[in-house]
Amino acid sequence: MATTATVHAHAAPQGFIRKYIFSLDHKVIGIQYYFLALVAVFVGMFLSLLMRIHLIWPTAVLPLVGEIKPETYLSLLTMHGTIMVFFVLTTAPQSGFGNYFLPIQIGAPDMAFPVLNMLSFWITFLAFVAMIAAFFVSGGAPLHGWTGYAPLSALPSAGPGEQLGADLWVISIAIFCVASLMGALNFITTLLDLRAKGMTLFRLPLTCWAWFVTAILGLLAFGVLLSAGILLLLDRNLGTSFYVPLVVVNGQVMGHKGGSPLLWQHLFWFFGHPEVYIAILPGMGVASQVLSTFARKPIFGYKAMVYAIMAIGLLGFMVWGHHMFMSGMSPYSAFAFSIMTMAIGVPSAIKTFNWLGTLHKARIRFHSPMLFAIGFVSLFVSGGLSGPFLAQPVLDIPLHDTYFVVGHFHLIMGVAAIFGIFAATYYWFPKMFGRMMNESLGRIHFWITLIGTYAIFMPMHYLGMAGHPRRYSQLTELAYLHDLIPVQQFMTYAAFITIGIQFVFVFNLFWSMFKGPKASDNPWEATTLEWTTATPPPHDNFGGHTPVVNHGPYEYSVPGAPRDYVMQTDPVTAAAH
Amino acid sequence: MGLALLVVIWLITFFSTYFFAAKTWWLPHGASTSAPWIDHQFGLTYIAMGVVFVAAQGALGLFAWQYRDRGSASKVEYSHGNTKMEVLWTALTAILFIGLNLMGSKVWADERFEPAKADAVPVEVTGMQFAWYFRYPGPDGKFGGTNPKLVDPSAGNEAAIGLDTSDPAAKDDVVAGTMYLPVNREVNLTLRAEDVIHSFFVPSMRFKQDAVPGLAIHMHFTPIETGDYEIACAELCGLGHYKMHGMLKVVSQDDFDKWLASREAEKQ
Repeated sequence: MATTATVHAHAAPQGFIRKYIFSLDHKVIGIQYYFLALVAVFVGMFLSLLMRIHLIWPTAVLPLVGEIKPETYLSLLTMHGTIMVFFVLTTAPQSGFGNYFLPIQIGAPDMAFPVLNMLSFWITFLAFVAMIAAFFVSGGAPLHGWTGYAPLSALPSAGPGEQLGADLWVISIAIFCVASLMGALNFITTLLDLRAKGMTLFRLPLTCWAWFVTAILGLLAFGVLLSAGILLLLDRNLGTSFYVPLVVVNGQVMGHKGGSPLLWQHLFWFFGHPEVYIAILPGMGVASQVLSTFARKPIFGYKAMVYAIMAIGLLGFMVWGHHMFMSGMSPYSAFAFSIMTMAIGVPSAIKTFNWLGTLHKARIRFHSPMLFAIGFVSLFVSGGLSGPFLAQPVLDIPLHDTYFVVGHFHLIMGVAAIFGIFAATYYWFPKMFGRMMNESLGRIHFWITLIGTYAIFMPMHYLGMAGHPRRYSQLTELAYLHDLIPVQQFMTYAAFITIGIQFVFVFNLFWSMFKGPKASDNPWEATTLEWTTATPPPHDNFGGHTPVVNHGPYEYSVPGAPRDYVMQTDPVTAAAH
Repeated sequence: MGLALLVVIWLITFFSTYFFAAKTWWLPHGASTSAPWIDHQFGLTYIAMGVVFVAAQGALGLFAWQYRDRGSASKVEYSHGNTKMEVLWTALTAILFIGLNLMGSKVWADERFEPAKADAVPVEVTGMQFAWYFRYPGPDGKFGGTNPKLVDPSAGNEAAIGLDTSDPAAKDDVVAGTMYLPVNREVNLTLRAEDVIHSFFVPSMRFKQDAVPGLAIHMHFTPIETGDYEIACAELCGLGHYKMHGMLKVVSQDDFDKWLASREAEKQ
């Protein structure tokens, strides 16, 4: 392990720009990522609201976008998915909270490569600008969905938005991949090399395990997506035929020959499935951390949790074909992918059992972070249990590409992951900003968001069973969809309320930043290293000294200890191990 | 707060489960030989997952209330876990998930591992932005050639798929915008796409398969009830994706023969 003095070569910056804009401090960079994700989530949410309005009032003329044509709806859908997956679900839990708290939780003064860290944020920012720019170029944003299946995504003549907008979409994702690769390297190196004395791997908080495995997934997955994106750009602009066979679009023979549309799907999902875990693993880490803290009880089965995270990471790379059961891929390989997918359900179930085990015979304090962590578990169960339906190729025959899938992934990688972000926000806000968030507003936010998201996404399963295909901009063409319109209406009303209440969260966030009551160094009486230092932490995190770790991360209610928690740095004399 | 969590989580669980159990919305009426098998596997999975769902949510709500902080009355059990329990629930989950999967694989194998029977009705399905076309080989039993240069979507039918009329085998090919099939006979499908990926989705037949440019995908199913069934496109294919639908008319063998003969006659 490198010593902290050699690593933390840069002194605390003085000027505004070096301190807040081009900062090398992992804490500032973490907050920058967080606010980028906050802007992105509001853009993404606004797009989804427009979609929901259009579905039930197809002729309505809407602010900012005017009349919603079928291609406008598909652009909204594409940009909603892309922005949410990349700039929210990948950015906030990993790059945001991971950046801020991974170094502090392992007792390091900063990330291993601070300059690389700054670069990865600003490159992510650039990617976001490129993505948003797609709305404003001629033809508008692309309509090929966040999965960008070729040939639709590879042929500029295949539809409006498939010209410059689609190029910007691919370029933005490629830039994002570069930034994520840099971030992943930094996370992995930091965790392996900069742990404080006594911080063995099995004393790491589960958040650190989750960020670490997520970084490994990112390192292996984003490289593949980057290559896939470059090939797509070549197909689009230089006449290559990686993904496009001989096709005739609207009577015009295109110049491509011999490419494979399934190649894109294989490459995309080789990234795309691990990406699901990139989005949710940090949330699992946060849920474990918060549940243990507020249950005042050690996490149930710490080692099982670590092995489950590893198993999910490993199996996550062997299941991508389950997105392709209906694609024309060999039906024999479907059988293999299906078994692997069922297998990945096992470590996910272990985690759920262990969370319940943590709550069993606990003494639960219901602060906002805990409410969201419990909500996370509930949503994780609900979203997870539709997985074994979709993992069976034979059930994909009725369910694939219907709202059943939309409901499944929104509950688990959308809303559950967002609940992880909320839990993390309420939990770490005092440490990050030195003030407490308002508890009453936090509760209102929790209850309405929990009920609201269930009201939006649970009915999607019913629609899917009834055969409602996803990505339909109007529900008037297929006769059997008519009976389902009331369900769509219900979901739109629920979306209005749920989205509305998010402004309470944002108000709470900014109001508390300046007006909240001052936070103590350890308001939740938690055990991990971030709670041993000042609030907010000084530039080098621990004010010139390096913590020495003597205990595991979740020593609550230790018999014989003077208080109901033993911090990781407490002297060994305390009864815990 | 613990009680509120119990009530809300249990209510959410109740309503979610109620609409599944009451079958308020359910799989559409199945009218093919595979429908009962697929529906059976769906029902089995639904019961297994339903039990786990209710148990897990029930326990979550219960624990939140039962183990709320009650001051000195609360006794925390200091425990780092229980290896026996971990092994037990890992094994049970593995058996449940893998077992379900194996039960379903038989149906999948019947659907997709076997080719169509020799006496099946050959039909070629072509997807393009934004229509489905269905081609029947005619009395010679052979599909004639097509040529991308001849494709003219605006002209519809034969011209839309670029049928090469200079090929003798193409002369008797019938191309229609509506799919006709005889009841109780297997259909031997060849799926193609002209421009981008489409997905041929007939909910009542429990049939779905992507049609991919550059590939000719062979599939089969057997309708067992006469009637009209809607065909949808299930893969995002462009701005008209939502209106890319068609109709499958399952009729008696006699009516099917009559329909095909009349289309042949129109061509002469």
